[in-house]
Amino acid sequence: MKRFLPLVLPLTIAVLATSRPAATTHPAGQAGDTAGDKTIVHVLNRVAFGPRSGDVDRVRAIGIDRYIDQQLHPQRVADPGMAARLSDLASIGMSSREIAREYELPQLQARRERKQNAQADQAGAPPKSDPLQQKASGVIVELAEQKVLRAIYSERQLEEVLTDFWFNHFNVDARKGPARFMLTEYERETIRPHVLGKFRDLLEATAKSPAMLFYLDNWMSADPNGPHADMSPPRVNRRPFGGRVVVPGGVRQRPQGKNAPKGLNENYGRELMELHTLGVDGGYTQKDVTEVARAFTGWTIQNPRQGGGFTFNPRLHDAGQKVVLGHIIKAGGGQSDGEQVLELLAKEPATARFIATKLARRFVSDTPPPALVDRAAARFRATDGDLREVTRTILTSPEFLGRESYRAKVKTPFEFVVSAARAVGADVQEALPLVRQLQQLGMPLYQCQPPTGYRDTADAWVNTGALVSRMNFALTLAGNKLRGVSVASLPTADEVLAGDLSETTRATIAKATDVQQMAALTLGAPEFQRR
Amino acid sequence: MCNRWRRSPSVRRNFNDGDFMVSRRVFLKNGAFAFVSLGFAPSFLSRTALAATGRAKQLIAIFQRGAVDGLSLVVPFGEADYYRARPSIAIPRPNGEIGALDLDGFFGFNPRLQALKPLWDRRQLAIVNACGSPDSTRSHFDAQDYMETATPGVKSTADGWLNRYLQARKAEEATPFRAVALTSQLPRMLQGTAPALAMSQIAQFGIRGGQGGDGAGASFEREYAAAADHLLNGTGKEAFNAIKMLKSTDPSRYQPANGAEYPRSPFGQALRQIAQLTRSNVGLEVAFADVGGWDTHVNQGAAQGQLANKLDDFSRAIAALVADLGDRMEDTVILTMSEFGRAVNENGNRGTDHGHGNAMMVIGGNVRGGHVYGKWPGLAAEKRYEGRDLAVTTDFRDVFGEIVARHLGVSNPSAIFPGYNVQPSRYPGLFA
Repeated sequence: MKRFLPLVLPLTIAVLATSRPAATTHPAGQAGDTAGDKTIVHVLNRVAFGPRSGDVDRVRAIGIDRYIDQQLHPQRVADPGMAARLSDLASIGMSSREIAREYELPQLQARRERKQNAQADQAGAPPKSDPLQQKASGVIVELAEQKVLRAIYSERQLEEVLTDFWFNHFNVDARKGPARFMLTEYERETIRPHVLGKFRDLLEATAKSPAMLFYLDNWMSADPNGPHADMSPPRVNRRPFGGRVVVPGGVRQRPQGKNAPKGLNENYGRELMELHTLGVDGGYTQKDVTEVARAFTGWTIQNPRQGGGFTFNPRLHDAGQKVVLGHIIKAGGGQSDGEQVLELLAKEPATARFIATKLARRFVSDTPPPALVDRAAARFRATDGDLREVTRTILTSPEFLGRESYRAKVKTPFEFVVSAARAVGADVQEALPLVRQLQQLGMPLYQCQPPTGYRDTADAWVNTGALVSRMNFALTLAGNKLRGVSVASLPTADEVLAGDLSETTRATIAKATDVQQMAALTLGAPEFQRR
Repeated sequence: MCNRWRRSPSVRRNFNDGDFMVSRRVFLKNGAFAFVSLGFAPSFLSRTALAATGRAKQLIAIFQRGAVDGLSLVVPFGEADYYRARPSIAIPRPNGEIGALDLDGFFGFNPRLQALKPLWDRRQLAIVNACGSPDSTRSHFDAQDYMETATPGVKSTADGWLNRYLQARKAEEATPFRAVALTSQLPRMLQGTAPALAMSQIAQFGIRGGQGGDGAGASFEREYAAAADHLLNGTGKEAFNAIKMLKSTDPSRYQPANGAEYPRSPFGQALRQIAQLTRSNVGLEVAFADVGGWDTHVNQGAAQGQLANKLDDFSRAIAALVADLGDRMEDTVILTMSEFGRAVNENGNRGTDHGHGNAMMVIGGNVRGGHVYGKWPGLAAEKRYEGRDLAVTTDFRDVFGEIVARHLGVSNPSAIFPGYNVQPSRYPGLFA
């Protein structure tokens, strides 16, 4: 495998490049791009997190169409090296229940003991660095490391791109209380298996996931007039994140605490329509929000502190009839009320259009061509929301390879960091420094506060501070100054950018004093900020 | 302690001819000459020159993350229920060192807010009490989100209210330092389409190893200056202008004015840097800093202890900022806020749990200070929110709205507070 081309051979590369046969007749094979390398790099920038050394050759060998088709079937792509890369991350294969037991409960126990001690001897504030708390936060650190490692090394690149996309679509912020130990399972079991499956399945998986139930508060949404309302008034709970007091074993729990179900919570109902399905202009009303929220009452979490799963609690459920977007949901449906809502939302044409638009924005441009969105939305409706087919429609469209979409997207910080690590063939023994860099670049992984997820348009990511940080990251990475990340041999700017760089960039890089600075000036260049 | 800034118009005129203008002229002179001699003609210079003709208003927002106990900050010592609810952590009535500092015969400052008392006495500090959100959440996470987006109950709001202010008030003369958060990440309040910078250490803002003509910084600058890519070209220019602008102010050698002494805490240092940016005349209009550690569920303390120590740091940092800004306070408002207050009754751990209404402080030369604003709902059990917390009588958007309208001069603040009918009749009346 030709991994790294020595820097001293730019002429040889240029000769090789011109002698290669055109791999494709796609429109992005522009003037001067005789080898089609620009087109291949374009595809690798969109379907994958950018090219590694050698990727362009590999795609050229099998052809772009076959490469895309392979990536649409990740199970057919061998990924032998991934497991070893992830082997140090103990928690990433665990269930929420296991994570709660191993990481979260010991910390809660210690906190309780501290409180008791504090009462006895009036000790001061809790210790500043609490090893158990660090261990508990380590779950999210490991999850973030996993994400970075997969994005850099997985051969199933499209699956990683889509897992990132769909997690962001169904965003949950790790900082909201116990959500941090629910996200490992959420990404692995709820998001990842469905990214090329049916949208309806993905939607229901998120609706029933403890992470989403917790994050958007549905777990404590209740019929204000239901049987639970007759219970004694809520007891004051002293935990920072309150919640119900968990009663282990088979004892039926009573809602308690300041967050105990008291009434209807519309958060999930609103975001389900605004962000997950119809879109903000999807034609629903406030009345629909309330009706959807009523339908989902009783969809809650069993023993949330112990990492329990979805459960339907009829005592919290509003059993009456609901009318959602003009459809009647008959009284007495119980758990199926929510399922009926998901069914009808998944079938709404507005949902098809909203999802098609977002995917086209990810893969084509910030303002995707309406004709392409129309075709992708039509494909969504025709295939009952088959995401593999919708994604395929976009990736095989003429618009995807069109001149207009070439370098039309500004990389998000995540795309920038990962594509840079791939470009320089970084050997990442420790992913934490990269995770930290993302924090500095303004995109802390799994910590996007609003349910909207991170924005996917240039204006969100191009600003003075962010740009300075990107240039500094380029210097740090290429200069081999990131602990645990080593860069053995650096590619040329022409390799990284498929020869498509401005005269000034080329001249500036040529003047650099050493290969490290050459690589830094490549990764920090304006050309590399786009994909 | 600086006593020079007052509300008298005659004094303000004098300030215009005073050292404020001198410092700006010095910058323009030195800065402009430096750039011209290097062959640069950065666009911000002309903007700054323009800005120098009128005094720009400034807002410094301070977020106390973790929900500060407002009842220990502004002590309702005139209310017997306060002492009944808090047998071990109440601040005693005004009396010597451990008692509250009497403000108006009913409310008193925590004694550890001593550093702010002179501002109150000079009527430059106002309090808005029983202030907060109409949303009932007691989640730090959600409540901070609501306070920063100023859309209580709506989670998907794309931007923060300070950013919407920046959008609503497009400034032709804006520099890259128009909005700066002294934090490692841009807070939700400043997120949005208008440019805003986050940097925890202004002296470190720049390209590493980028000093000198042949450094990486100069190389990157060439790349971006030549980029056909309009967006990256423009932002790249801005970035390098910003770096030079900051460098010309030599942040590493900053000397606070008027004998201001900042605590060495991160919060103190953040405020010091806000003063630094302000006095460097780099066009700072909106600044943000935050400070955590207020979530006092256990052993909160009273006039001594955990919370008192935090308040000491908090007040000394703000007092230093005010002193350092000197006459610039005439055009500045400092606003403090925290996501919600804490329960009226102390809990079983000599601490307090999450509550509802809270106290905000508004400090500035044009603020009608020396007064506690907002209807006081009382602490009797039947007056409490959900039977346990200080009720909210002033929506925080009315405080934000008044500052945006009457201090920053936005004629119609409605666009900044979507879903809320901003009405001057509901403003607390912080400005004349």
